[in-house]
Formats: sequence, structure tokens, C-alpha cells
Amino acid sequence: MSLLDVSGLGITFGGLKAVDDVSFAVPAGEIVSVIGPNGAGKTTLFNMISGVYLPGRGTVHLNGVEVTGQTPDKLAPMGLARTFQNLQIFHEMSVLDNAVAGFHLRERGSVWADLLGLPSVRRRATFARDGAMKLLERVRLGDLAEEEAGNLSYGQLKRLEIARALAVDPKILLLDEPAAGCNAVETEEIDALIAELAGEGIAILLVEHDMKLVMKISNHVVVLDQGRKIAEGPPEQVSQNPEVIAAYLGADGEEALHAEG
Amino acid sequence: MDAFLQFVFSGLTVGAVYALVALGFTIIYNASDVVNFAQGEFVMLGGMITWFAHDAGLPLWAAALIAIALTSLVGVALNKLAIEPARGAPVISIIIITIGASILIQGAAQLVFDKQIHRYPAFSGDAPIEVMGATILPQSIWVILGALAVFVALWLFFTRTLMGKAVLATANNRLAAQLVGIDTGGIMTLSFALSAAIGALAGVLVTPITLVSYDVGVALALKGFAGAMLGGMGNPKGALVGGLVLGLLEALTAGYLSSQYKDAVAFIVILGVLFVMPQGLFGKTAAERV
Repeated sequence: MSLLDVSGLGITFGGLKAVDDVSFAVPAGEIVSVIGPNGAGKTTLFNMISGVYLPGRGTVHLNGVEVTGQTPDKLAPMGLARTFQNLQIFHEMSVLDNAVAGFHLRERGSVWADLLGLPSVRRRATFARDGAMKLLERVRLGDLAEEEAGNLSYGQLKRLEIARALAVDPKILLLDEPAAGCNAVETEEIDALIAELAGEGIAILLVEHDMKLVMKISNHVVVLDQGRKIAEGPPEQVSQNPEVIAAYLGADGEEALHAEG
Repeated sequence: MDAFLQFVFSGLTVGAVYALVALGFTIIYNASDVVNFAQGEFVMLGGMITWFAHDAGLPLWAAALIAIALTSLVGVALNKLAIEPARGAPVISIIIITIGASILIQGAAQLVFDKQIHRYPAFSGDAPIEVMGATILPQSIWVILGALAVFVALWLFFTRTLMGKAVLATANNRLAAQLVGIDTGGIMTLSFALSAAIGALAGVLVTPITLVSYDVGVALALKGFAGAMLGGMGNPKGALVGGLVLGLLEALTAGYLSSQYKDAVAFIVILGVLFVMPQGLFGKTAAERV
């Protein structure tokens, strides 16, 4: 049984099948990438899996439990965390507080204990702070901890979002274009970080445009085109698939392919 | 000097009520960026239900508790029936919904209760207490202490408790809050219940002094809003200070200029704040990021 099982997932926006009958699985410790041209439905697929959109059809199973259409706050305690292509950051909080917020579930206690400032509350707060600091250092934001998040660059915010997602202690992490807007060095670092996380047994589901990165780190690649899954398999196999090449290059590409063949 | 002190006492009393309304604004604003203009109706309901229950033979304290509990339920219903279905709508639309809700609650109050002006006895009698040549009603002390107690409780809630921080996180970015496991729907329900309860408490405390009828809410909402703006929207300290300052300004205007200009003070304060310091006394200067 895989950690995440997506089966027949679909959603329609005003008559347009944005995602149609998509199925795949993500086992623990593996990196599965979803690729496809712009508008293929990758982010929509992510939004359905993570409970931001209510799927029109199909099911999502997390660790064998059906979680189709559960809101993100119900999925977080079950070990699903994600980042966004267009970032969802607490802009008015400090970088550290953003990461601390990720510890919300593990820091939670009774309101009365909080008001009384009991030792257990302080212990949990310290645990969250130390943990957040460690995660920030892991994504190389340690020296910016006290900065207001709104002042960070796009690439830094991407890493902050990953740190916050990790603070939830996920079993599966959905990363929506983590390397977008990052320079070559930062991309390399994110690449290494993702591989490291998978090594720790976290299942990773990745949407990424940087094909070099995808082909290098993925165990398994799912290809979407116009909302449908057109191929899946190991990266080297998928990259040779004529239908995949056609989807990326368009009809002309297909002709070109035939001409060459 | 006696007159001045007298004005200060009456200013602090009304100011404390404005502060309670402003604190109610603060909670919902903190959770959702929405200014709930039905806040004044919660005050009205607090007074009206207490009178109704007391009139029906219940002891005053029981009537007051029932009023606060029922008003909280009205707050929750407002959120569930009017605000939540409009989730995703622009904040301005939701603010207009709260104005509609305010009119609806007033209409319902006319039908359920009546259109008369009511009062019930003060908690600790009506004998004025003399302080340095001026007098203050025992009920005024109740109102002022009530506002201070609510302020302290809210201050602790927002700064010390994780749930308070979850409210702030929800206001800052609802989706991000959900991602870290915060039940944002529950936070909204809590905010409306709390805010309505505080409004009702204000009504319970002040009715023996100012009396209550179905239509007292609108003016209170406006004054409370002015107080919250003056102090800086979203800041409990600002709500308390803003409300009290507004009450004092009103009382001094009524005393030294003319009581006819009293109600203009709130509007002048709103305009002044908007022109000179939109962030208020304690608000953060924040530029909207685009």
C-alpha cells in the first residue's frame, strides 16, 4: 500500500475538464513528479489532493484512509503538508514565527494552561522555537529569523514555505514548483534538500518545470496533458515517450518527430 | 474643576461602552479583516434580552447570563448563515452584509420585544458616590471595570495563548493557517461568539444608565467604530484607549461647547484619523503589498 493513492480524480470548471480521471500512487520515501505543459492541470491536481478544491470525481487515500475533499487543516494532522507555487506566507509575521506556526498542532494545549503560563506550555513553546530555528537553518534562512517575512525575496520565501511545511512533520510533502524563481545554486540546494527528505522516508510529490531537476531526482514521473494522464513511469522511460514529447512540443513537434523517425 | 471632573466621569462611562464595542470589532477584524457593523446590535440585544428575562421574573444576574449566552448564539448564527456562505467575497461585500444583518436584527428585535424604551435596576443601587466634589454612579464603575476586565482578558488571549495566535494567523493568511492545521472555520465561529458576548456584556452593564430600545445599536456601532479607528483597528489596546478617549471628547464637548455637537465628535474623529494618521494611535504602519 502506498502512502498516497490517487484514483480517478477529476474536476470540471465551467464545462472544462481541468483534470480528468487521473490515478497514481506515491510510496513512502519516493519522489514522484508531475510534469506537463502549462495549463495541463498540475496545480489543480495538487489543490484537489491537498483539500483546497473539492474534487468532482475520484478518491484520495492517505495511508489507506479515504480523505477525499478533506480541508487542509484536517489533512495536516494526518501528515500531509504542501507548498504553493504562488506562496502562502504569513507576510506580517517574522520569518521565525512563520516556521513556529508550522508547529501549531504539536504545540497545542489548553487555553487555560496557556493563560497560566504553566511549565508545560513554556516547554512546548521552546520546543517549537528550537525546532523552527533548526528548520530555518536547514533551508539556510537562520540569519533572517527575526526579519519580517514580507521583506524576503521570492526564492527565500519558497524555502521558508518548505521549512513551515516540514514543521508540520509530514509523511507526505507536496511541493509546487519549489525551484521556480531560484538561481542555479539555490536550485541545486533545493534539489539536495528534496533528496535528503526522501531519504528520511518522507514521500514527495513534486510539480516542477525544471526538467533537469525532475529527471535527476524523481523515482517516478506522471505526465499530464490537458487534464489527462498521458504517461507515467521512470524518468528515463517517460522522457523517451513520443506522446510526451508531442505534448511538450505541440503538433509540430509530432510532425518533426515523424519526419525524423 | 468639579464640573470638569464630572465630565470626565461621564466621559469614562460612555467611553468604556465604546471601548467594549471597539473590542468586539477588534476580535472579528483580527480573525477576518471584516468590520462587523452589526456589533452595535449585540449591545442592544444584551440590554433588551436582560430586560425581557428580568421582566419575566428572573433574577438580574440570571437574566444577564441568558442575554450574553443568547447573543453569542446570534453572533454564531450571523457567521454561519451570512458570513460563511459569502466566503471568498471581497471584504467590502462582507462588510455590507453585516450592515444588512444589523438592520435585520433591529427589525427582529422590534417584533420579538417591542418598540418601547426599557431599563432595569442598577446592580449596586442608584446612590451616587461623591469623589472630590463630583459624583459617579455605582453602575458607571461597573461599566468601567467591565471594559478593563474584558480588555485584560483579550490582551492575554491574543498575546499568551496559542488559540489567540491562531486567530491572528487566520486573519493574516487563511489558507496558510489551514495548512499548518488551524481549523479556520472554528476560529471564525469562536470570534463571532466572543465578539457578540462582549457586545452583550456592554449592553447588560450600561442599560441601567442609558436605557435600551431596539434602535440603540446603530449609534453605538458608529461610535465604537470611531473608537477602534482612533486606537488603530485590530489592536485591543487601541480599542480600549480609542473608546475611552472618544467618550471623554464627547463628554467635554457636551459640557463646554454644546450637547448638540456631542454626536458630531465621533465623525470628526473618524475624519481626523483618516486624514492625519490612518493607522490610528497604536496601529502598525503597513503598506499594502501588491
